[in-house]
Amino acid sequence: MGDAVAIATGVVKRFAGLAAPALDGVSMTIGTGGVTGLVGPDGAGKTTLIRILAGLMAADAGEIEVLGQAPGEDLADLGYMPQRFGLYEDLSVEQNLTLYADMRALPDDEREATFARLLAFTDLERFRSRMAGKLSGGMKQKLGLACALVKRPRLLLLDEPGVGVDPISRRELWAMVQELTADEHYGGMGVLWSTAYLDEAEKCDQVYLLNEGKLLFEGDPAELTGSVADRVVRLTGFEQRRRRLLTDMLDREGVIDGTIQGRSLRLLLDRPDRLVGESGFQLAPAAPRFEDGFIERLGGGPKGTSRLAEAYRTVAGDGGKAIVAKGLTKTFGDFTAASNVSFEVPYGTIFGLLGPNGAGKSTTFKMLCGLLTPSHGEGAVAGHDLRTSGGKARAALGYMAQKFSLYGDLSVAQNLDFFAGAYGLGRAGAREAIERVTEVFELGDVLKVNAGTLPLGFKQRLALAAAVMHEPPVLFLDEPTSGVDPVTRREFWTHINGLVEKGVAVLVTTHFMEEAEYCDEITLIYRSQQIASGTPDDLKRQAAGMDGLDDPTMEDTFIAMIEASDARREAEDAAA
Amino acid sequence: MSAWQIDPRRLRAMVVKEGVQILRDPSTILIALGLPVLLMFLFGYAINLDNSRTRIGVALQDDSAAAMSLASAYRHSPYFEVVLERTTAPLRAQLVAGEIRGIVVIPQDFGKGAARGHRPPIQIIADGSQPNAANFTTAYARGVVQTWAAQEAQAAGQRAPPPIELSLRFWYNPSLASRYFLVPGAIAIVITMIGTLLTSLVIAREWERGTMEAMMATPMRMSEFLASKIVPYFLLALASMALCTVLATMVFQVPLRGSLFALFALTVAYLMPALGQGLFISAATKNQFVASQVALLSGFLPTFLLSGFLFEIASMPKWIQAITYIVPARYFIPALQTIFLAGDIWSLILPAIGYLLAFGAIFFLLCFRASRRSLDK
Repeated sequence: MGDAVAIATGVVKRFAGLAAPALDGVSMTIGTGGVTGLVGPDGAGKTTLIRILAGLMAADAGEIEVLGQAPGEDLADLGYMPQRFGLYEDLSVEQNLTLYADMRALPDDEREATFARLLAFTDLERFRSRMAGKLSGGMKQKLGLACALVKRPRLLLLDEPGVGVDPISRRELWAMVQELTADEHYGGMGVLWSTAYLDEAEKCDQVYLLNEGKLLFEGDPAELTGSVADRVVRLTGFEQRRRRLLTDMLDREGVIDGTIQGRSLRLLLDRPDRLVGESGFQLAPAAPRFEDGFIERLGGGPKGTSRLAEAYRTVAGDGGKAIVAKGLTKTFGDFTAASNVSFEVPYGTIFGLLGPNGAGKSTTFKMLCGLLTPSHGEGAVAGHDLRTSGGKARAALGYMAQKFSLYGDLSVAQNLDFFAGAYGLGRAGAREAIERVTEVFELGDVLKVNAGTLPLGFKQRLALAAAVMHEPPVLFLDEPTSGVDPVTRREFWTHINGLVEKGVAVLVTTHFMEEAEYCDEITLIYRSQQIASGTPDDLKRQAAGMDGLDDPTMEDTFIAMIEASDARREAEDAAA
Repeated sequence: MSAWQIDPRRLRAMVVKEGVQILRDPSTILIALGLPVLLMFLFGYAINLDNSRTRIGVALQDDSAAAMSLASAYRHSPYFEVVLERTTAPLRAQLVAGEIRGIVVIPQDFGKGAARGHRPPIQIIADGSQPNAANFTTAYARGVVQTWAAQEAQAAGQRAPPPIELSLRFWYNPSLASRYFLVPGAIAIVITMIGTLLTSLVIAREWERGTMEAMMATPMRMSEFLASKIVPYFLLALASMALCTVLATMVFQVPLRGSLFALFALTVAYLMPALGQGLFISAATKNQFVASQVALLSGFLPTFLLSGFLFEIASMPKWIQAITYIVPARYFIPALQTIFLAGDIWSLILPAIGYLLAFGAIFFLLCFRASRRSLDK
């Protein structure tokens, strides 16, 4: 990295009403000629730090120098893209660019050339006169970047540019920013990229890892990844159910962390030779990831046994299907939001609905929840037909939404009371259920706290607690762990895995690839069509065939399949 | 680098942006140009405080020709629908029941008195529970007597004036058409809606949509930002004012006795507190829903209720009268009515303009204080 364009030392920031500081003595240096990553889960303090650097908030303590001055002094040379892009939705692409060009005093004679270059770079030339509000999430993000770049900034601050957009757009944007740091036109620019996606951290030149306001790691990401290098293994060829084996493994001494990867398990061990010489599975080294290092710094993942699952009833299911979708179609006017979606989910399995934003996942999901009436086709949840007994179907499912959908201004106890009532638990049943989830999720200390002020990890637990209080046989999860820290995410999946072992059927919609790995079966929805279905391993194999990728990740798979679908459609269009 | 400095290029860019947003937002256009038309027609036609065809009782206690003639004058009056009785007792009951608004008593010796050349007073009883209506009822009931007396006198060829003459004249609004003072009031309501309600949304909208954050990270100054909010809505309000004036004079035949210059000066003065209040609400609440509620409660309702527009300030309790002094419309509406109905009476208009400008200055100062360039609370 080149010269320092921003230096922060010992930054502290507290917010009224919160006990823990949002930033607790954070120091960082942003250099030119590379991407500095600010990595951490939601609520870690990333946005606060970026706002302090942009001069939008004052730090309570610490020294900050941005472009050689106090923050907020030299705004002409600062490019800042807030989480919501800062675009005027009722202005066209060009009008947005013009506004930011004027605000940053871009000389008139440079305007045409600059606009042409940025629009070509972001591939938005075709949409010059389209309203920003009518662009897709990925295109908005690119326009937001273009607006931040309009005056050739010396420091570019990007606050979670990848949030809420699909993996393809995320990769494109990453490539664009990477290109910028190498571009001679933007030479000497420092870039700060904040993200909750740990896989993005690996690609940064330098990383600051933030958790609960504290710096856990700073330096070359390879260093953190390297610290676990020979201790990550892949387990294959075992007889047991994989969830069962994962539980056993996590309960063992010396296993720091473990996840399911299709048919195999991926474990982080305290010693390279921990499992050597044991029988019942094959052991192979696996590529270490940044996340492994993060988890280790956080003190390792949770143990394997879920107390929630232990206390849960056994769902018999009687060999029937928990969820059935048969040719589900939903049209709004002449727009088809979901076309002919079919799948079946047996009890005791996890089914994943994957796809980019706006592909039709949510529409399918809502039809199965009974929130939307299908235009064609039929569906059933726990044996209840959605058309004739939607109410019964809804009573048989627990629902956990992506964003915190509890009442922020009610206390934890009041939220639990409310959901117990909403799910029709009687007085005694409600008391029993609330006691159970309070104990399992360790909510006892926070019962009187307003749910809105809880740390994210607790909110996550509370949301799951509310969804499973009535012990439903079917669980619907809508991007349940996006943005939460990896330990909380492990904890969550430990519970889900345990429940599935008890016979619960789980439907999860996600564009978060890690969540997809936990699924028994996946269907990929793109442009309202199911473009691929199968187990995660099947899909990876298919993708490897398409792309020639060696051992593709779930994300590679997803992107390869969508690109193949686009290519097919273009070929058909060309033929027609 | 003062916070009050303004960079013309940035200001122009922001004003253009604001203008484009206004033009693209049908609801803004509707409020600015549709609402005036709606309100003017509502107050001009639908709401009429005049007592046309009010039901009253006439107690005809005398059989003389004169008494009969007066009673029939009431029955033929375009203002009244008459319930005729011999005594007051049944009419009192009807008055209490609210079936009639007033009673005219023509006493027993009315005819004798008329024959002798003088008339004993007739008695007019009005339902005081509705003071406005009572005022109108008495005024019109007297009017009928006078007209009748004048006609009688003419018929009798009398040259001498009747012994007692009640002379009632309403200046500036001789036919007492309520729309003469309602229409200028409606204009004030329209200007308040545009000035306060619309602007109360604009800064809050930038906060809600996250554009405020992006703008604050550019070299923009808060003075430029506020100015960019004021200029477009100032022009929009003036356009609306012009539309209202055309409607008032052309469609409702309200006279405009004062000059256009006085009207313009007064409107500009009133826009200062109206815009300032809206922007202050917006900057302080940062939330469109809350802002619109606050704007309705603190801007629209006082203009409606506490400005003297619908309810006479003089007949309010003292402590409410005290509150009216901080309602800018209290100064605007009488001055506006003056310009329309009386003319350029500067001794009335100038103090009003002075008060309005002072209120404007206070609101703008508050607004500056509320819109700090920071995300810290």
